[in-house]
Amino acid sequence: MKTLMTGNAAIARGVYEYGVGVASAYPGTPSTEILENIVKYPEIYCQWSPNEKVAMEVGIGAAIAGARAIVTMKMVGVNVAADPLFTVAYTGTRAGLVLVSADDPGMHSSQNEQDNRLYAAFAKIPLLEPSNSQEAKDMVGLAMEISENFDTPVMLRTTTRIAHSQSLVELKEPMERLVKPFEKDPHKYVMLPAYGRARRLIVEERMQKLAKFSETVAVNYMEMKDPSIGIITSGISYQYVKEALPQASILKLGLTNPMPAALINEFAAKVSKLYVIEELEPYMEKEIRLLGIEVIGKELFPPYGELSVRMISEKVTGQKGISVAKPFDSPLRPPVMCPGCPHRGLFYTLKHLKLIVSGDIGCYTLGAMAPLEAMDTCICMGASISGALGMEKAHPENAEKMVSVIGDSTFLHSGITGLMDVVYNGGHTTTIILDNSITAMTGHQDNPSTGKTLMGQPAPKVDFVALCKALGVKRVSEVDPFDLKRVKDVIKTELAIPEPSVIITRRPCALIIKNTEKPLQVQDCTGCKMCLKLGCPALSFDEENKTALVDQALCTGCGLCIEVCKFDALRKAGDA
Amino acid sequence: MSKITNILLVGVGGQGTILASKILTHAALAQGYEVKMSEIHGMAQRGGSVVTQVRMGKDVYSPVIEPGEADFIVAFEQLEAYRWSHFLKKDGVLIVNTQKIVPLTVLIGAATYPERILSDLKERVGRFIELDGLELASEAGNAKATNVVLMGVLSKYMDFPEDSWQNALMARIPAKLLELNKKAFASGVAKAK
Repeated sequence: MKTLMTGNAAIARGVYEYGVGVASAYPGTPSTEILENIVKYPEIYCQWSPNEKVAMEVGIGAAIAGARAIVTMKMVGVNVAADPLFTVAYTGTRAGLVLVSADDPGMHSSQNEQDNRLYAAFAKIPLLEPSNSQEAKDMVGLAMEISENFDTPVMLRTTTRIAHSQSLVELKEPMERLVKPFEKDPHKYVMLPAYGRARRLIVEERMQKLAKFSETVAVNYMEMKDPSIGIITSGISYQYVKEALPQASILKLGLTNPMPAALINEFAAKVSKLYVIEELEPYMEKEIRLLGIEVIGKELFPPYGELSVRMISEKVTGQKGISVAKPFDSPLRPPVMCPGCPHRGLFYTLKHLKLIVSGDIGCYTLGAMAPLEAMDTCICMGASISGALGMEKAHPENAEKMVSVIGDSTFLHSGITGLMDVVYNGGHTTTIILDNSITAMTGHQDNPSTGKTLMGQPAPKVDFVALCKALGVKRVSEVDPFDLKRVKDVIKTELAIPEPSVIITRRPCALIIKNTEKPLQVQDCTGCKMCLKLGCPALSFDEENKTALVDQALCTGCGLCIEVCKFDALRKAGDA
Repeated sequence: MSKITNILLVGVGGQGTILASKILTHAALAQGYEVKMSEIHGMAQRGGSVVTQVRMGKDVYSPVIEPGEADFIVAFEQLEAYRWSHFLKKDGVLIVNTQKIVPLTVLIGAATYPERILSDLKERVGRFIELDGLELASEAGNAKATNVVLMGVLSKYMDFPEDSWQNALMARIPAKLLELNKKAFASGVAKAK
């Protein structure tokens, strides 16, 4: 039976079919839906971890203990998980261990565009690149086999167009889910330098064996057609090549670390002109050039952004494609904070107070956009608090007009150590934890502060107040972000006091609560447009009648604009 | 259908483009076509511009539709029709729900909502259908069925038998909402005639 599936759903199906026992992850686009699909198979244990390093270590532990394990994350998550990854590459594991890295060429929803194939080469682990959902599922099985046969973790690397595109997948019956018994083997798993040096040699031997395997593995194959053009390609680029150049000969590589040198030589000898077509870095191109083979690659194709059928066709054939009409000049429609969002009032206040804001990653990063425009930096998960400390050390005089903002899930991911550093190294900066009781931006996942696990079990909630106090922060206050006056008062008080402080804004995400408020009404508006500075999608302005309008379908009745309006023109329904 | 048919569904986050694409692909698969579908998630969920791409035919490789390659664009909102119209093929069909959803850039006065959208589109696009899908859906019983009205319009251009659309509705829509959605679909079909 064939079913239409995204790459992410297909990987989850592969996890079900190929006997995986443990799955762990931290959510991140475009990887999130893998675990959200795995949880639909109750026979697999799966969990959200607080961050990618922890998720990786959970997977490593499970695989060393004897269960097949998979760990999934977006590409920047691998930076966080790199420490355990590089050493488990030395130890190997008893049962299969697969890391899924979901890369995002084109930066649809990421802060950078790193090509994680380079991580596989750096860590010296095998790398598989699927080209559609069927391959994504099959390669979970192949990755587990390689992992167990060669005693190494394996990277399965997707990109947004694989992860989020649907194509047909043939379903199979699941194999038995076997867990091997635990066996002590400290020489293999305790990476003291003396033991590590022995494993170091094994890594090199393993890579040599894998290089031989790469020559004959079924996912590396030639499609010989017209020999005048030969293309070496992998991943989604294969699909673009098939459509752009239906007559070309292709060497399609599914296992791209290590590369099959003999197969590449054989293919190169058969074709007159050889191209390598790959998104982002010249990863395969460099390997091919090291073999002494002339190949055309990044001199034609950019090392950034996504490739396309048209680009490949035009660059290789030299012929211009169809002419395309010029797009109409259309105002942008960027994502916005939702009506009723608890973050809006806080960012309105930060802007009003003209503060320097060290930002972080979550829905609240939208606070950087007009009209709120109240964020000055955003680098990576957790960087807000530690970054603010650095800013304060550079400009001690700014400590009184500087805050960091970080969401509940991001604080638990990697903000705690930054706050510890503020206390330890005598910072005075004020940290605002935006607790909306969920990991919102990636689509509402639970985390250690929400009271529930991925598999729906009740769990203890992290007590943010007690946690911050335990780190040594003496001043911890809690506010309702809809109470603008108190939010402003508390921020001003904490900024004025020369010691570290934490303000926790508490209100659940507007999308996870059942709203019972009625939409607001407008009466006797003076047309001052003050309410529009909130950037609420439910508020607009009628230029003809000089009055604010409330969209009755969108308004959640949160009442933030009532607090902002100086003329009592916005009211709750029924209030006179 | 030996060639590939490319269909873009464009709208605003929350308008139901995803459910519409599920109905469409369900009906297409019943014809034995190979189908690929692509969406971009992530930040776009927060009221941003959204696009779903559906490609169907005998051998479909890329999941992505490029500018000038769409046989059909189904726009759930006027400005989104405007934004994506250059993706249409020369003889492609543009179906526009005339609903306007004003983006935040316009609400805060940083941009204006173009006034000439429909007239500009009519001038450029030969095969153009406009309809008030919101009203048709409300008449059928629920404004949220606008997506199904639009699939009704599109169905007139596809060579699928009528019962494969009905089966798709049954498979993708909860039983208690099925009757009103069937009505919404039929009103779209009538509009396309």
